[in-house]
Order: sequence, then structure tokens, then C-alpha cells
Amino acid sequence: MAEAPAKRITDIGPPHHKKFLPPVILNNYGKWKYHEIPRPGVLLHVGETGDKLWSVRAASPRLIAIDTLRWYADLADKYAGGHLRFTSRNNVEFLVTEEKNVDPLIAELTAAGYPVGGTGNAISNIVHTQGWVHCHSAATDASGIVKCVMDELTPYFTSMKLPGKLRIALACCLNMCGAVHCSDIAILGIHRHAPAIKHDQVKKVCEIPSVVAACPTAAIRPATVEGNASVEVIEENCMYCANCYTVCPAMPLNDPDTDGVSIWVGGKVSNARTEPRFSKLAIPFLPNNPPRWPEVTEVVKKLVELWAADARKYERMGDWIERIGWPRFFKLAGIEFQKQHIDDFKHAGLTFKRSTHIRFDKA
Amino acid sequence: MAKVPTPKLDELEKGPWPSFVTEIKKRADKHAACSDLLGILERSYNEKIGHWKHGGIVGVFGYGGGVIGRYCDLPEDFPGVAHFHTMRVNMPAAWFYTSEAIRTLCDIWEKHGSGLTNMHGSTGDIIFLGCRTEDLEPCFAELAEAGFDLGGSGSDLRTPSCCCGMARCEWACYDTMGFCYEMTQHFQDELHRPAFPYKFKIKAAGCPNDCVASIARADLSVIGNWRDNIQIDAAEVTNYAKAGLDIAADVVNNCPGQCIRWDGKTLTIKDEDCKHCMHCINVMPKALRPGKERGATLLLGSKAPIMEGALLSSVLVPFIEMEEPYDDIKELIEAIWEVWCEDGKNRERVGEFIQRVGMGNFLEAIGLEPDPNMVAHPRENPYVFYNLNEEEESDE
Ligand code: HEM
Ligand code: HEM
Ligand code: SF4
Ligand code: SF4
Ligand code: SF4
Ligand code: SF4
Repeated sequence: MAEAPAKRITDIGPPHHKKFLPPVILNNYGKWKYHEIPRPGVLLHVGETGDKLWSVRAASPRLIAIDTLRWYADLADKYAGGHLRFTSRNNVEFLVTEEKNVDPLIAELTAAGYPVGGTGNAISNIVHTQGWVHCHSAATDASGIVKCVMDELTPYFTSMKLPGKLRIALACCLNMCGAVHCSDIAILGIHRHAPAIKHDQVKKVCEIPSVVAACPTAAIRPATVEGNASVEVIEENCMYCANCYTVCPAMPLNDPDTDGVSIWVGGKVSNARTEPRFSKLAIPFLPNNPPRWPEVTEVVKKLVELWAADARKYERMGDWIERIGWPRFFKLAGIEFQKQHIDDFKHAGLTFKRSTHIRFDKA
Repeated sequence: MAKVPTPKLDELEKGPWPSFVTEIKKRADKHAACSDLLGILERSYNEKIGHWKHGGIVGVFGYGGGVIGRYCDLPEDFPGVAHFHTMRVNMPAAWFYTSEAIRTLCDIWEKHGSGLTNMHGSTGDIIFLGCRTEDLEPCFAELAEAGFDLGGSGSDLRTPSCCCGMARCEWACYDTMGFCYEMTQHFQDELHRPAFPYKFKIKAAGCPNDCVASIARADLSVIGNWRDNIQIDAAEVTNYAKAGLDIAADVVNNCPGQCIRWDGKTLTIKDEDCKHCMHCINVMPKALRPGKERGATLLLGSKAPIMEGALLSSVLVPFIEMEEPYDDIKELIEAIWEVWCEDGKNRERVGEFIQRVGMGNFLEAIGLEPDPNMVAHPRENPYVFYNLNEEEESDE
């Protein structure tokens, strides 16, 4: 086995999906008539032919062991003719053609600790990243915070009682692998310290012009330090994005005391009613407090509850804030508005209030 | 390495949400990488800092991407994760599997790696989490034997992904899965052998609900759309009204095009004012459906903040018919790559490149005409470029 095979198989791409689709889907491909959500976590699709398909959606921690995958495969065999899929938010779905299998499948999933839900006006899974499990860039952990936040929000996963959809995403650094910049609530790991520079290593492991070019705020310039060809960072211009570290291992930023989490709100990707928009900064900094991150979970829960109580039907987090205005949002959320909230990057002026449309608190 | 106590991580086995710690523990007795992953993660939880060394360039022969190399910075304490590389395996379109396919993947990964996975990475790949350098080639060979190839990483075409589209959604305006598969196969070389200034992603959504978030997470976002009239089933509209749906409040008042009328009996839509937002269809799926003349809107340029700030994709082609084998889209993609590969700077995403050279110039270079659908509004500043010499020449 140690030797590479004489003839390598390359460039075959993924298997064709039609090999994996259940017969009911092959027969109704592109010919679905309508769907219903008979209960949280279950979608019923009805084809032009009258064929029916129940999809049962269950929570997943995304980081899963093959033992669990094999159990999914067993469940699929037992209840779903051997057919399952994963969703774009990393939930697992079983594709069931016999209605009588729906309830026992749900019972088995629930009993094993995999809640069924995530459909309709629910809080579905949190799109998240690698964190301390696998990435050198991480200013916080991913899986840990996600677990803590979803432990608080599971009742919203298993029900559909919210005014609209609410999407939560997490990224452990500004590279933002995932959907953080376009989610209703986003949790983002941040640094608050300029990189430490290992001057004796820069020349050896980094390409100095690339490092200089990597800085969004032009805070880096070439310099000779202690006889080494290296770089220096103008600290007043550095906002700790870590892009220099991405291209140069000799410039680490990670710091247990100053790293932490910021909270963003109001992004969306769908075009329904209002156009897609970015998430905006709500809380500049919360500490890393493993294993439970109480400050983060409390704030996320509070934001969900505020929105759920005040938003009109269909209003996404961003639509709601647009209607009530940012000053009232900050007031209701009990968040102190700070200078960090005001944009100071390129074209920041576009984000300033440029009218007298101001709502005052009235007695 | 003997197992170390993990009191902090143990906390995360409590609570109703399925626990990643439980997942790792399921394999702690079976693979040294998993017990040492728990150990090093507990250390990170205590110290509030990650323990992975920067970068790591490993891969399989013949490919320039698909594997993320990773080494821990405490190899003496945690030898099981001294090497802990990730393999990205190209998933089937829209993540449909048979139990047999899942078991095949599990068997291969049990043999060659930690047995931990991400289902799935945010770009869409099956993530095989954690193996040693010497495991890469045999694992790759066995995957290929079973019909699976690696996905993308680095400055290449990343793994395209799509919503479940026609497989299970009545709103799909084109075959997202067929399109995704065709693009992946057609551009295998660009996917496996990085040759771009930076990464390039394609995502395919069947309608403007955009269930794969293509407008935010793909350089090329292909979003299904229709250009004729929304199909109305009057009888079903009546059923919704009878069942208690407040059509005036829930549908009419929420229509951003202000183009729906409901007189208590009949629902009419002035389709030339419809913005194709999907709201009315989302609310009344049995009564309303996208039109019959279907295709897609192509949008270009989305990316995360680094470096010049986050971007959403913007309209490049307002409407295009989606017929296999999608030759006109392939040509357009190749034209975009040609211009961007020629003039793009190192680590400059196509969205940033367009901002630098100007959308007008970019359109000219790829051979598209400007269209008012491409802008939210025309420019507000008068700093307008003309190249009169060129204009005069072309007048002669
Ligand atoms: C009620 C109408 C809708 C239906 C029938 C519908 C259909 C679907 C389907 C079939 C999926 C699974 C797709 C996949 O994983 O490939 C999905 C997931 C998703 N949809 Fe929609 N969609 C609807 C409306 C929307 C709207 C209005 C939004 C955004 C506001 C949206 C955003 C999403 C997201 C983010 C997911 C991932 C959810 C998860 O995996 O748990 N959808 N939707
Ligand atoms: C060594 C450090 C890194 C690790 C371990 C890492 C890990 C990952 C993984 C596992 C994925 C999912 C991949 C897939 O599904 O195929 C991903 C996606 C992504 N990565 Fe990274 N990444 C790293 C560095 C970066 C850097 C430097 C950037 C940006 C400059 C970046 C930006 C992204 C983005 C934007 C996505 C998600 C795109 C989408 O939603 O489709 N990552 N990353
Ligand atoms: S978001 Fe940053 S820290 Fe997290 S996986 Fe991506 S690059 Fe790594
Ligand atoms: S952390 Fe970011 S802002 Fe600071 S020097 Fe590095 S690249 Fe520049
Ligand atoms: S994007 Fe549209 S077609 Fe695709 S799954 Fe979502 S609602 Fe259906
Ligand atoms: S799709 Fe949107 S804009 Fe068009 S009629 Fe329906 S609600 Fe109005």
C-alpha cells in the first residue's frame, strides 16, 4: 500500500449526483408542485405526479466522527431507503418516502441527542469555522462558542415561532471563512494587538514586498532592525486584521489577554422583500471565556429575544433595525455606542447619517 | 500519549445541542490523533490561544491544492497531532449521498486518517480532518478508486457548490446541480492546479432565496430567475384566503415592487414592476410560482473583508438562459479569468480587481455592454474618464 499506484487516477471530479438520488427524486426532478412544513424539522414535497417526499432535518455539530456518519447511514437504511443529504447550513436530512417512518426516525434522532428542526421561521444551524481545532489564525474557538450559543437557542431550532428567519454565523478571524458578513447575527473573533515581529526570521520565512502589500491600512514598511532585513509596523495604523500574519509566519498576533469576540447584526443574503445586505458592528469586543463564553451567549440570546418580541412578521433582524433606527436598537439592546462603531475605513463617509431624519425620545 | 483530563471540554458535553466534544471522544480510544486533539484543545481552552503552527505546504502528486497542511506547536506533548492535515474531498452536488457512499468514505478515512470530519466545509467540501503526510497519497488513491476526487484550495477555482434546486424545490429556475457538476468537471484543471492571482469560487442558487448564500460567498454567483410573469393559480389563492391568510397585510404590503393587487377576490400582479424578490411566492407556494421563461442572473465579485473590505456580488448579466452544456457561461468565465489573470495583482480577488480597474473598463475587456441593471444608481461624482484619442480613431 505504501507505493503510489503505477497509474494515477486524477481529474475525475466528484461522483455524479444522479447516482445518489432516491427514485422519488429522479422521478420528480424539476417537477415538484409545492411543499409544506407539517411540523418543525420536516418538509413535505409533493410532485406533479402526486409523489410525496418527507425530508427530516436534524441538528449536527458539523465536526462529526465517522462513527456518527455510520449511524446516519444505518438510520438512512432503516427509514429512508438508504438516502440522506446535508444542507447548506450543515444539518443532516433523511429523505423519507413512507410517512409511517417519519415519527420513529424523529424519535430515534431526538433520543440520541440530535434535535430535529431548523425549518421555516427557526434558528437553524450556525455556519462556522475551524477555530482552535485546526487553524493558526484563530482569535477564538469556533466549535465551542457554537455549542454554547445553540445550547441556549435549541428551543428556537425545534420550533417555528419567530417573526422571520434568523441566521447566525461565526468566524474565528477576519478572514471570515463562511457567512459572517451576511448573517442576522454574526460572531467574529478579533485581535486587539499589533503583530509581534520576529525580526531574525522575517527575511527567512517571508517575502517582504508581499508583507508590505498585505496591509489594508499601509501600516507596514520595510526596515532594517538589529541588522536584519525585516519590516516595521506603524502601530497607530494597525487595526490587527492579521493579514500580515497570513502571508508572514514571523508576525504572530495571537494573544490570550487581548483576543476576543465582536458581535455583528443585520445581514441577509436572500432577496425576499429587501435586498441582501452586510452585517454591521453591534458590540466591538467581548472576552474569550472558555469553555462557556457566558458574555457571548447572553448577548446573542438577548438580541434574539429583543428582535423576536418587537419585529413584525417577516422582518429579518436588519429589516427590523432599519425600521426602528440604530439609536433605538442600541438603546433597546442596552449597548453603549462607542467610537469603534463609527466606520473609519475607505468611503466611511457613506455610513454617516446625512440627514435630519432623527428620532428623539419623547416624554 | 496518555489521555489527559479535559474538565473544560467535558463541560461542553452538557446541554441539548449535539456536542463536538462527544464526537471527538467517540474516536479517542481508536486513534491517537483524536485523544491528542482533545488534549491540545483543552490546553487552548486553558490558555485562550491556538496551538497550530503557521501554514504548512503538503499535497498529493500532480495537484497544487486540495490539502491544508497543519502541524501543532507542541509535538512532544501531543505527538498524535504533530501532523494534522486536512483533505478536502469534492462533495456530490447539493450533498446527496447513499448510505453506501457514506460508508465507503468512512472506511477510507478510518484507514488513513483520524476519522474526524466536517460535514461540510463552508465552501462545500467533505473535510477529512487530520492525517499525516504519508497518509495523503494512499488516501487519495483509494478515494479516486472509489470515484471521489479532491476539492480546491489555494489560488485556484475552489469547489463549486449549489442548492438542492430541481432535486427538491419547486422554485428552481434552472438545474443547479447539473450546472454545478458540469462546471466542476469542465474546469478540473483550474480546480486542481492553482494558476490564478487568488481564489475563485462559483456557487449556484436556483432562485433569489439564494439558499447557498452565493451572493455573499462566491466570486461568481449564479442565481436562478425568470423574466416572464409569475404563474398564478386563482383557485389556490382563494384557498389561502379562506384558510385565513391575510393577503393584504402579508403579501401585498410586503411586496417591494408595490405591484400586487388584491381586491378580496382576485390577485393580480403587474409583472413589469416585479423585482423578483420571491416574497409572495414564499408566502403562497401553492398559489404562486416563478414564470415559465426561466434562466439565471449572473453576479460577480463577492468576498470577505480582507483586503479592501467585504463585497457582495453585483449584476454582470441580468438574464441568461441556462442550457447544457452552458457554453456561453463557460466562455464568459474564461474571459473573466483571462483579464484577471493577466492584470490582477497577487492575492487580489476579482471583486477587488474590478474596483481597481473600473467596472466600465472590465466590461469592455470581457466584451460585455454596460446595462443599467448593473448599478444601484449612476455615479454621483463627475470624475469621468474619456479616452478621446480612441474615440476619434473609431469615428474615422
Ligand atoms: C419558504 C420558502 C423557502 C423554501 C421552500 C426554501 C427551500 C429551501 C431548501 C430546499 C433548503 C435546503 C437547501 C440546501 O441545503 O441545499 C433551504 C435552505 C436554506 N434556505 Fe431556503 N427556502 C425558502 C426560503 C428561504 C428564504 C426566504 C431564505 C432567506 C431569507 C432562505 C435561506 C435559506 C438558508 C440560509 C438555508 C440553509 C438552511 C439549513 O441548511 O438549515 N430560504 N431552503
Ligand atoms: C490556515 C488557515 C486556514 C484554515 C485552516 C482555513 C480553513 C477553511 C476551511 C476548512 C474552509 C471550508 C473549505 C471548504 O469547504 O472547502 C474555509 C473556507 C473559507 N476560507 Fe479559510 N482557512 C484558512 C485560511 C483562510 C484565509 C487566509 C482566508 C482569506 C484570506 C480564508 C477565507 C476563507 C473563506 C472566505 C472561506 C469560505 C468561503 C465560502 O463560504 O464558501 N481562509 N477555510
Ligand atoms: S476564520 Fe480565520 S481562524 Fe477561522 S478557520 Fe478561517 S482563517 Fe482560520
Ligand atoms: S495586522 Fe493588519 S493592519 Fe496590522 S500590520 Fe498586519 S496587515 Fe496591517
Ligand atoms: S435557492 Fe431557491 S431553488 Fe434553491 S433551494 Fe433555495 S428556494 Fe429552492
Ligand atoms: S416576487 Fe416580490 S416584487 Fe415580485 S410580485 Fe412577488 S413580492 Fe412583489
